[in-house]
Amino acid sequence: MTDQVLPQVTDLPSTIAALKERFPNAVKDDTRNGYEGVIVDAASLPDFARVIRDEYGFNYLSSLTAVDYLGHGDHLEVVYHAFRVPSGGKPLVFKAQTDRQDAVIPSLVSIYPGADFQEREAYDLYGIHFAGHPNLKRILLWEGFEGHPMRKDYHEAYYEQETKPFDTRWPGGHVFRGEEYNPFGHNVRYPAGFTLDDYKPQSEADFQQSMALGVDIMGDPAFRTDRLVVNLGPHHPSTHGVFRMMVALTGETIESLEPVMGYLHRNHEKIGERNTWYGNMPFTDRLDYICSMCNNLAYAITVEQMMGGQVSVPYRAEVIRVLMAELTRITNHLWSIGFLLNDLGAFFTPALYAIQTREYILDFFEATAGSRMMCNYMRIGGVFKDLPQRIRSEAALINDRVRDMDTLEYLEQLINDRLPRSIDELDELLSESEIIKSRCIGVGLLPAEMAIAYSASGPLLRASGVPYDIRRANPYSIYPELEFDICTRPNGDIYDRYYLRLDEMRQSVRILKQILPRLKDTQGQPIFGGKTSYSIKVPAGEAYGFAENPKGELGFYLVSMGGGNPWRYHVRAPSFINLTPLGEMCKGHKVADVVAVLGSIDIVLGETDR
Amino acid sequence: MSNGEINLRDLQHPDIPVPEEMQSNIAVTSLSSLYNWARSRSIWPMLFGLACCAIEMIATAASRFDLARFGMEVMRASPRQADLMIVSGTVTKKMVVPIVRLYNQMPEPKYVLAMGACASGGGPFKEGYNVVSGIDKYIPVDVYVPGCPPTPQALLYGLIALQKKIERQSLGVGASVPWYGGGPSEEVPIPILGPDIIDPRHAELLRKEAQKNRPTPTVSEALAESAQPESA
Repeated sequence: MTDQVLPQVTDLPSTIAALKERFPNAVKDDTRNGYEGVIVDAASLPDFARVIRDEYGFNYLSSLTAVDYLGHGDHLEVVYHAFRVPSGGKPLVFKAQTDRQDAVIPSLVSIYPGADFQEREAYDLYGIHFAGHPNLKRILLWEGFEGHPMRKDYHEAYYEQETKPFDTRWPGGHVFRGEEYNPFGHNVRYPAGFTLDDYKPQSEADFQQSMALGVDIMGDPAFRTDRLVVNLGPHHPSTHGVFRMMVALTGETIESLEPVMGYLHRNHEKIGERNTWYGNMPFTDRLDYICSMCNNLAYAITVEQMMGGQVSVPYRAEVIRVLMAELTRITNHLWSIGFLLNDLGAFFTPALYAIQTREYILDFFEATAGSRMMCNYMRIGGVFKDLPQRIRSEAALINDRVRDMDTLEYLEQLINDRLPRSIDELDELLSESEIIKSRCIGVGLLPAEMAIAYSASGPLLRASGVPYDIRRANPYSIYPELEFDICTRPNGDIYDRYYLRLDEMRQSVRILKQILPRLKDTQGQPIFGGKTSYSIKVPAGEAYGFAENPKGELGFYLVSMGGGNPWRYHVRAPSFINLTPLGEMCKGHKVADVVAVLGSIDIVLGETDR
Repeated sequence: MSNGEINLRDLQHPDIPVPEEMQSNIAVTSLSSLYNWARSRSIWPMLFGLACCAIEMIATAASRFDLARFGMEVMRASPRQADLMIVSGTVTKKMVVPIVRLYNQMPEPKYVLAMGACASGGGPFKEGYNVVSGIDKYIPVDVYVPGCPPTPQALLYGLIALQKKIERQSLGVGASVPWYGGGPSEEVPIPILGPDIIDPRHAELLRKEAQKNRPTPTVSEALAESAQPESA
């Protein structure tokens, strides 16, 4: 019999000290200026990971990413952020370094299954080989793509300079079209001597073969049913965008499922590393395009963290930020419930109810930030504009008349009356429906341990009974002074995820009710405490900033070399990582359930593929 | 049209007189006008979303903006039942292959609306290594709607522009559109995912470029090259 090792929950510095003692030669402090955590010798990485998971309780590998330090040591570095869930607290940051030429790092998938897609992404974009990964293939790009584009020495077809603003356009303001400088007139770049004459691209059959779906075309003679592979997407109305799933079926039962993504991979990270620090704000809008305000907030708090004492966010700005974030949470959950019902077959009617309510909030966003969806509202050090005095909301039509009303009055009506009413309405119409119950209860199960192991976050994690909410576990903004509960549901099925979103909306309304008096009290106070220059320099160092987005933990891992642009701009996207357990959740269910399970995870492809 | 009533005066040919008192009952018109009038008011878009713009497209179809007022509420998930492809969002190199395939599967007459900056010209993501700078590099586009994303009002304006375009088309043989008279038009060749996206129409150009025996120059390399002869 072996004694069970209990997690020793200690504070971070003493944990690190103990780990250095445990691995005397393999674990070193990261002494670079502005960096935190430890550097682990690549060979000892699996042992180290097992120890921190089993003995120190860091059971949740939130983020895994790579950085190319070309010209700054010429090595590739893989950065891990591990948390204790559900107790919370600061992450343990550990790193492993490898050569740029033969980049090999041991895979951590066997210890943290949530590393699966993230390691594949690092392999795809950086060419780091993760030894021992069960399925190391490209994930965002296609097999056969030339090069690993996130490496610093990779230059895309329209490459002009390392960083913006480009000399061709600024400060002259010239019109410049990259097409005119490319021999093909397209955004394409081929290797030397490449022609189509004897080129054999990967065929769909090869692709399916490579999916390792375990399909044996002969079938199992005992059952006399043929196994077959069904392809869902990328053009399929239930995939919430351009997502693709390959499903291996026996009869109608799912044997295995493999997500295929990258159909909306629009190179946020590469573009983000060329952009200025401010210039990235509008790009964060387009990550999870339903929750642009929350994305803004997560990016702003990360850069503020790096700026240290140079910027201070005024109280009113924090109040407005929370107001926007919670309204966004409600729009997201409304949207997600509406479209979950769509996926269940209630075509468009529930979604219409949800979208109608969402419009009231969008009108407020439009009046404040100038845009319905892509708000680009927050700044490093505050927000860019105060709330307007009056709002002309077309959604508040009464007898076909556009009403011009006081903004606070509009918000009061919205928060105290309309939103709670709409949430109750959805609850009444849907929650007891026989069809919803029979389609959702017990389907797509994700037990708590599995949810943590797979690094699931947000509603997906909480619906499995894990009370982990970053607003409480690692508070930011003014959340510590606000009263709200962390909602959980015990069963981890589709119904619980649906119901949890209703509960969370109610909690958001509760927060918003506490925000209203604060908005009134702080009227006229400053909203921006940052730098007003067109561009800023951020002190050298790294930061991992994260926030509880409606879909889960949105994290930004930023590295600065002290200049006007990020050296590394990584997005820890909840929609991407929450898909890791999708295959496990769908196994054994019917093919029609896949759509519902996917709908209950609630993904947005802009964030999944980035 | 706005209130759902049929206004025969829309159809009336301007050169053929019809007594004033009969104009609410009788209209003399051409077959093309009658056909286009019916067609432009029952465009079925493909249920097809790519990125952020798709959310605004859904909002346009929902109750507040109500696409049904224009006879376009029947969104079809199958390209074989759709008249209009709204390319709503960033077109990536990986996605352009299915998009061209979907376009080829749509029956004629078919129309394409490029919604938003990305579909029209690459938008904010244009320089990305996996982004197609505008869907018009591969398939013909009828209407471009600017915006990032365009508001539902802008999309509606674009759709009305498309209706006007349809109304101007003629059924006559040799007309401005390829699909009346001459049999089905040629399919757009499907791009190939190679080391980068390959348009099969570029096979000849690729061969020519390959002789130079260097990777395709980036914009910065091309700029440097074009600057050299001047200094030499």
